[in-house]
Amino acid sequence: MAIRVQAGDFDVGAEYAAFTAGRTGIGGVVMFVGLVRDIAGGAAVSAMTLEHYPGMTEKQLEAIEEEARRRWPLDDVLVIHRHGRLEPGDRIVMVATASAHRDAAFESCRFLMDWLKTKAPFWKLEATPEGERWVEAKDSDDAAAARWAEKT
Amino acid sequence: MKILYFAWLRSKIGVPTEIVELPPEVSTAGALVDWLKTRSPRHAEALANSKVVKVAVNQEHVPYDHPISATDEVALFPPVTGG
Repeated sequence: MAIRVQAGDFDVGAEYAAFTAGRTGIGGVVMFVGLVRDIAGGAAVSAMTLEHYPGMTEKQLEAIEEEARRRWPLDDVLVIHRHGRLEPGDRIVMVATASAHRDAAFESCRFLMDWLKTKAPFWKLEATPEGERWVEAKDSDDAAAARWAEKT
Repeated sequence: MKILYFAWLRSKIGVPTEIVELPPEVSTAGALVDWLKTRSPRHAEALANSKVVKVAVNQEHVPYDHPISATDEVALFPPVTGG
């Protein structure tokens, strides 16, 4: 289990190698890597600054990981999320899930990203030619997270 | 009580944190948001639309009817946009 919130970049290949090293029970790994886009809402984006709530961020990510492990049989989970100033093309987030079978790995990876987007306390400030603007939350993100609501 | 502000709530209010003495009748997250609006015109403007003012108590997301007490760490922020 690993949750990391950091300003620095990460090496996807090295993370994958460490994630799977010596673990021959793993049948499949799914990895998602989120990047900074150079355009948003029709405006050019020259940089993005991610603010977060230290302490709560880690607590929420750990809770999301725990929920994923409760729902799927996972060998391991890795979540890395960056904060601070990033530029187009930079990596923002990485989620990796490992399981004996692919369905659990695919589904849990998507679940982790969907829940992270609506629960982890991060906020994006974009720099555009018209000045800086805070990114607004999308209804589509809420809808994506709501899909995972359990029927009671 | 310690209050933390993030993102545009922080920039509109002008400070990242403040320590406040709560009146006894302010006992829920929603009542706190309403009470904070009375502190200054900046607070009133930043907190005007409660749909985009989210509350965390002791680092957990809570609804507006959640109880609060003087020893809690309370954070106010816009809907999150990570990932």
